Amino acid sequence: MSRPLRRALRHVTFSVGFAITALLLLTAVLSLGYTPRDPLEMSMEERLQGPSEAHPLGTDQFGRDLLSRIMVGAVTAILVGVIAVGIGVGLGALLGMLSGYFGGWLDEVFMRLMDAVQGFPAILSALLIAAVFKPGLAITMVAIGVSFLPIFARLTRAAFLELRDREFVLAARALGAGDAAVIGRHILPNTLAPLIVQASISFPVAILAEAALSYLGLGTQPPNPSWGLMLREAQAFLGMSPWFAVFPGTAIALTVLGLNLLGDGLRDLLDPKMTS
Amino acid sequence: MLLTLLFVSLLVFMVVRVLPGDPALIMLGIEASPDAVARMRESLGLDRPVPVQYAEWAGRAVLGDLGRSIQYDVPVAGLIASRLSVTLPLTIMAAALMLMAAIPLGVFAATRHRRWGDYAAMTLSQLGIAVPGFWAGLLLILLFSVKLGWFQAGGFDGWGQGAGHALKSLLLPAVALGLFQFAVLARTTRSALLEVLREEYVKTARAKGVAERAVIFRHALKNAMIPILTVAGVQLGQLMAGSIILESVFYLPGLGRLALGAISARDLPVVQGVVLFVASAIVVINAAVDMLYGVLDPRIRYE
Repeated sequence: MSRPLRRALRHVTFSVGFAITALLLLTAVLSLGYTPRDPLEMSMEERLQGPSEAHPLGTDQFGRDLLSRIMVGAVTAILVGVIAVGIGVGLGALLGMLSGYFGGWLDEVFMRLMDAVQGFPAILSALLIAAVFKPGLAITMVAIGVSFLPIFARLTRAAFLELRDREFVLAARALGAGDAAVIGRHILPNTLAPLIVQASISFPVAILAEAALSYLGLGTQPPNPSWGLMLREAQAFLGMSPWFAVFPGTAIALTVLGLNLLGDGLRDLLDPKMTS
Repeated sequence: MLLTLLFVSLLVFMVVRVLPGDPALIMLGIEASPDAVARMRESLGLDRPVPVQYAEWAGRAVLGDLGRSIQYDVPVAGLIASRLSVTLPLTIMAAALMLMAAIPLGVFAATRHRRWGDYAAMTLSQLGIAVPGFWAGLLLILLFSVKLGWFQAGGFDGWGQGAGHALKSLLLPAVALGLFQFAVLARTTRSALLEVLREEYVKTARAKGVAERAVIFRHALKNAMIPILTVAGVQLGQLMAGSIILESVFYLPGLGRLALGAISARDLPVVQGVVLFVASAIVVINAAVDMLYGVLDPRIRYE
């Protein structure tokens, strides 16, 4: 084994996080081709059961197999995480890039805009958008993505401010490179590291937000499985079938825990100065 | 801050009025007659140019007029004010619980740096960050209401039956609401204190024989409070937004339930009003924290 790999495996936070995240990814991939039962198949005789051999995690109010639904829910969680973070990084980096590179009034306007967007946590944008459009997965992704804009814009702007007057940039410009080339070929590649770290922090935040929005009925719509939506449905049967509320929540908490540990571990390993 | 608030109002306005989708049609439903839609458009002022609409709407909002609720036929501002009597105490209670638990835990962890107490505290905070607030709420109901019967499973009887009774029905929601931010603040406290403990003047204080308690609380924590309070201030806004979710878990008649009810009733002015109010509150809190930061630490100067 190579030395960095051995060091990573000895790092407890990283390896625990890595194991949980790998389990999540495997579950999601597996659920695309195989689930123990059909996650949408209802069976009124088997409704609200506790864990049993036929249903290891019990069933929901329509007798659907919870294990299968939780497995498929992993796909929703990952999908929302990837797209929401993608929106945040893509748009945020673009705004931050323009702000940091050109400065002046453009910078001032963009940064005040980002202050304003900071007033809109995902829940508020989702409320607003859901009032105009039909609630659904797309709204969730956009609302969460928008809430990530300020942090990515600020990070990119800070990096651009630091780099735009460096010698290698001046040299590129002296050699006749235009703004697009200076930004895209010379500065942007040097700003990626903090963006990647922030993306790893934002990913679990997106999963938490998706769960909360689906719980409120603003996200994934029935009968599609989402962990948050399952908890919404479970609440009505809390007294009769507590397991129904326990397992989907455990799936969320475990996923977020794993991703957070993985992120913390990665930061430790990549940047020994920044031990948390 | 004024420019920021202007942007906040523009964002709220644009999502509702400018994105494709006719507010009149949304409120009346697609089966409405063209006549009724035209009348609704006129009464909402939708037949006028968009900038004029915005200027009128924002101008009235500044004066505290957020329009009338379609569903209840009362001023939106009044509805918001009455629902604040739940959301605001809930937010403040969660913030108080968060501060009371997070700072001691952070200090505990920092003073036991890299020993088991530190690891235990940080594991606890990792769990707090991973557990979604609304699920924590469900689990609290399951334990304290369904199993033990100590608390009612939700609902709020208002302040008429005494503050004690009202605060009791807000306790579980406040705990669930504050959990995530508590975990974040505990970590912040720990790292802020660790940072200060490395400073020269702490060494000096120890060297001249100041008791460890005094070193921690009188010298170190006092200086660590600046980043801690900054984070806590920003968290206040997040708690307010989070209360929208927890109100749903515990059936509390606050701003969040008002907005969610308004969505199903297609009551656009109410949704718009609540979102504008909460977003502006968050922006004002964040700006206040920025200013406070400069006051607390004279080394920081803003242009």
